Amino acid sequence: MDDLLREFLTETNESLDVVDVELVKFEQEPNNARILDNIFRLVHTIKGTCGFLGLPRLEALAHAAETLMGKFREGAPVTKEAVSLILQTIDRIKGILAELEALEGDEPKGEDGDLISQLEAMSLAGDAAKAAAKADAKKPAESKKAKEETTGTLVSQVLERELRIGEVSLDELERAFRETEVEVETDVTVAAEPVAERVSAAVSPAGTGQQGIDLVKVAAEIEARLNLASERKPEKAEKSVEDKEADAEAKGDGKGSVSSQSIRVAVETLEHLMTMVSELVLTRNQLLEIVRRHEDSEFKVPLQRLSNVTAELQEGVMKTRMQPIGNAWQKLPRIVRDLAGELGKQIELEMHGAETELDRQVLELIKDPLTHMVRNSADHGLEKSEDRKTAGKPEKGTIKLSAYHEGGHIIIDIADDGRGLNVERIKQKVVENGLATEAELEKMSEGQIFKYIFAPGFSTAAKVTSVSGRGVGMDVVRTNIEMIGGTIDLKSVAGKGSTFTIKIPLTLAIVSTLIVESAGDRFAIPQLSVVELVRVQSNSEHRIERIKDTPVLRLRNKLLPLVPLARILGVAEEGEKSEDDGFIVVMQVGNVTFGMVVDGVFHTEEIVVKPMSKMLRHITMFSGNTILGDGSVIMIVDPNGVASAIGTAVAAEVSEKQDGDKLRSVDDPAKVSMLLFRAGSPEPKAVPLSLVTRLEEFDIDKIEHSNGRDLVQYRGSLMPLVYLNHGVQRRMEGTQPMLVFSDSGRSMGLVVDEIVDIVEEQLDIQVGSEMPGVLGSAVIKGKATEIIDIGHFLPLAFEDWFTRKEISSAALTRSLLFIDDSPFFRNMLGPVLKAAGFDVTTCASATEAMRRLGEGERFDIIVSDIEMPGVNGFELAEMLRRDPRFRHTPIIALSALCTPASIERGRQSGFDDYVAKFDRPGLIASLKELTSHEVGLAA
Amino acid sequence: MSKTPVNATGTAANEALTDSIQYVTVLIGGQLFGLPIHKVHDVFVPESMTRVPLSAPEIAGVLNLRGRIVTAINMRRRLGLPPREGNSSIMAVGIEYRGESYGLIIDEVGEVLNLQTNGREANPANLDRRWAEISGGVHRLSGQLMVILDVERVLGRMLDQIAA
Repeated sequence: MDDLLREFLTETNESLDVVDVELVKFEQEPNNARILDNIFRLVHTIKGTCGFLGLPRLEALAHAAETLMGKFREGAPVTKEAVSLILQTIDRIKGILAELEALEGDEPKGEDGDLISQLEAMSLAGDAAKAAAKADAKKPAESKKAKEETTGTLVSQVLERELRIGEVSLDELERAFRETEVEVETDVTVAAEPVAERVSAAVSPAGTGQQGIDLVKVAAEIEARLNLASERKPEKAEKSVEDKEADAEAKGDGKGSVSSQSIRVAVETLEHLMTMVSELVLTRNQLLEIVRRHEDSEFKVPLQRLSNVTAELQEGVMKTRMQPIGNAWQKLPRIVRDLAGELGKQIELEMHGAETELDRQVLELIKDPLTHMVRNSADHGLEKSEDRKTAGKPEKGTIKLSAYHEGGHIIIDIADDGRGLNVERIKQKVVENGLATEAELEKMSEGQIFKYIFAPGFSTAAKVTSVSGRGVGMDVVRTNIEMIGGTIDLKSVAGKGSTFTIKIPLTLAIVSTLIVESAGDRFAIPQLSVVELVRVQSNSEHRIERIKDTPVLRLRNKLLPLVPLARILGVAEEGEKSEDDGFIVVMQVGNVTFGMVVDGVFHTEEIVVKPMSKMLRHITMFSGNTILGDGSVIMIVDPNGVASAIGTAVAAEVSEKQDGDKLRSVDDPAKVSMLLFRAGSPEPKAVPLSLVTRLEEFDIDKIEHSNGRDLVQYRGSLMPLVYLNHGVQRRMEGTQPMLVFSDSGRSMGLVVDEIVDIVEEQLDIQVGSEMPGVLGSAVIKGKATEIIDIGHFLPLAFEDWFTRKEISSAALTRSLLFIDDSPFFRNMLGPVLKAAGFDVTTCASATEAMRRLGEGERFDIIVSDIEMPGVNGFELAEMLRRDPRFRHTPIIALSALCTPASIERGRQSGFDDYVAKFDRPGLIASLKELTSHEVGLAA
Repeated sequence: MSKTPVNATGTAANEALTDSIQYVTVLIGGQLFGLPIHKVHDVFVPESMTRVPLSAPEIAGVLNLRGRIVTAINMRRRLGLPPREGNSSIMAVGIEYRGESYGLIIDEVGEVLNLQTNGREANPANLDRRWAEISGGVHRLSGQLMVILDVERVLGRMLDQIAA
């Protein structure tokens, strides 16, 4: 028999048992929506599974039952008859299932028209009753309490009472049918298409034949697949249909039946087994240790054997719990194939990361939600081939399923390239269902509105199909996922598709971890979040630098925030030594990258995460604990917890910019890392970080006074200190923070009060400044911030800072045209270039420059930004090179983006040199070279 | 539903019949405490305890007891007593609470006493609040008092504090 079918039988039998119990409970408390929801879901699942397994009889039955229960959900009175009818249907389904098993996968032939038409009639009656007892439709017909409650209301209870006491008479039903004809009509055609089909089949004798054909087709298909002889089947089927009770008996003693071939073991049992095995391993290790001490022990050989067996046993027990997620995906290709046929769409299913292992229990629980979501994507997400063609997309829609580990979680993405969610439609539905008001919706982001699709009873599908659209789907999905402590999220772009992301905690999964030491204790870090390890020493290339008290590491030209593990765990010992010599575990959590400073790194170990005690579960820094091979307990660090401890603000900001630094720097060349500090006044001040060579703090007693100025001995020479303004506090004790600017072996210290932060912001100087040393003000981190003009302070330290290395011929002032759209850079580099001996003219755009040049202004050299709105630097250079007047004028490109490709592009465009924006010495050197070259030519 | 009261009265009746409870006595900071024997899983010497940073101060750490991870509670700290001086060996009483294993770290384990339930007295009104919180009453023994350690309260309160 097919694996799928076998599984279906086991599962469905279990579900039906639950439905039985729940239905009885429901009959007693018809107002309990939770029970109803539960039953509804179970039946819905059965229906869905039957649909793709090709079991039309079961599907039709389940669908009819579900329709009736749907009426209860909408407020139709719950009558004893209705419940009995559903129970009867459940029994019939069970009967069919038993036969299905006996026939090894063939759906028995038979007729359910009787039941279906009854269910159908009952649904209509439900509608009628609902219409009659509008306000009070939900009142139970069964409980006496309800009766007392409802006596006061003006609603006529006649119909309900009658329904309850006697059998539903056909006349009554017919009357009901007539009364609610209009409503019913839509209901029948829209909500219960397959049912209508069945009903007609039941009514007309000719219909029976048609259903028979259906079945034969299905049977043939299954037969072909199984290569089974079909000779005796019809006979058997007839027998079993006729004699259901005998069959039930047969099932009862049929010990070899499929349902019992696989057994379900409680995870607790496995957990216990695992514990015992761990203990066995420990004991074995002790024994081995003892035997090792006694050279020729007679125990040696048997112990070796014991050791092997133990290892095997351990592996076996582990295996029982872990399964690749691919197991849950096995069904999907078939489902998608069938759906594609059913929906008339072309669908391709891509699966990635099928080998990702997860706990069996977790796997079981996400199987159904996954199936459901894939069905949803196929049904609602993807458009029909024609629509896709019109939208300019490939005809074949793609559903992409991927699974991977991330920071102690397993992430499963279900992405489709369909039409995306319809925000307006969802809004409309939300308002209709009274989940929120329009005013409330107005204030919500798209993401928040999308979340409503997870609300119970929510479905935007215009048509209720047998695939989806009853609004159980996403609700069930969410419930199941939350049950295992997971979360579900979605992103959707109109016209591009939607992506659902399921995040499941790793509580029970095996993870590979890195064992590290911090402050004398060992900790395990999930290897999946570890990007690399860096060894740091105070005198090596990689060393920890500090911005105020925040340690950072320059790693491949990027500033990596560091967080000492000991400090975030609150176990840091006094003394800095441990932080400067050690290892940095570079970790990535989502889109946040940071370095965790640890004292030592031992090895990696595969561990089984055990949940922490309730007493410890509130500590977000740990995701669990485990017992290591040597028998000691170790805490597992939760990278997510650490990342959020570093700063949720940072995480949020970074995650908004999904695509990371590279893309950002291309898209947004004006985004600059700024160092925020305070000096003289509480208002923040800022300077581009790339201009700062180092951040230092000097002990006050290291600061010496000589020749009327403050100096410190710094790296073997004297470094003059410049106070940013008179307000800067000259401290009497402790340390004085300063920004160090170095250039060609000379350094200057700019003394400030406090170094605050490093931020990456778009720099837009909005208000210029007349004050020397201040370029202007810009908004940084939502605050008006003074942007400091370093160019002003450098000459204060060394008067010849800019001039000393200038060309001797600097006396001949050369004219320079500087084009940059950013006022910051114009203000920043203008003075620098001036100081370098040029007569600087600045232009805010290429067009302005062209105008000036066209009007006859002449410049000895042109320095141009590349990324500018309108005409960019490349285009400008190309244009100038085509003009004989400017063919020989040196042009230097100045860009934040310095990739080999862009440098090559610059060369082709006619630039003489290509300099990074913050490479001030490089720019000066380039200018010097190009102008002296020119001088040489002229001479 | 209807069964619960029957059970409850049943237990009460049983207690009345047996008339005595067995206590495992332990010493914490010189004071004698008694734990109802049915609560005590085992008595062990805690070895290689792992500290848990950021945990409640009473939590001494976690340790591996025959393959189970046990959370060790420092009873001296729980009772507001000074830490023990010298490095004399410590003992722990293993208990189960809400499906999890805990080890109460104590100074010494004494004997098992069979005490009459009617000899139990309520907590004196002036008992230290931290003690009264976890004490289920007092038994007068010859020459000394034995405070009944109510395991539920010892651990339950800690959990409540975490939840709060």
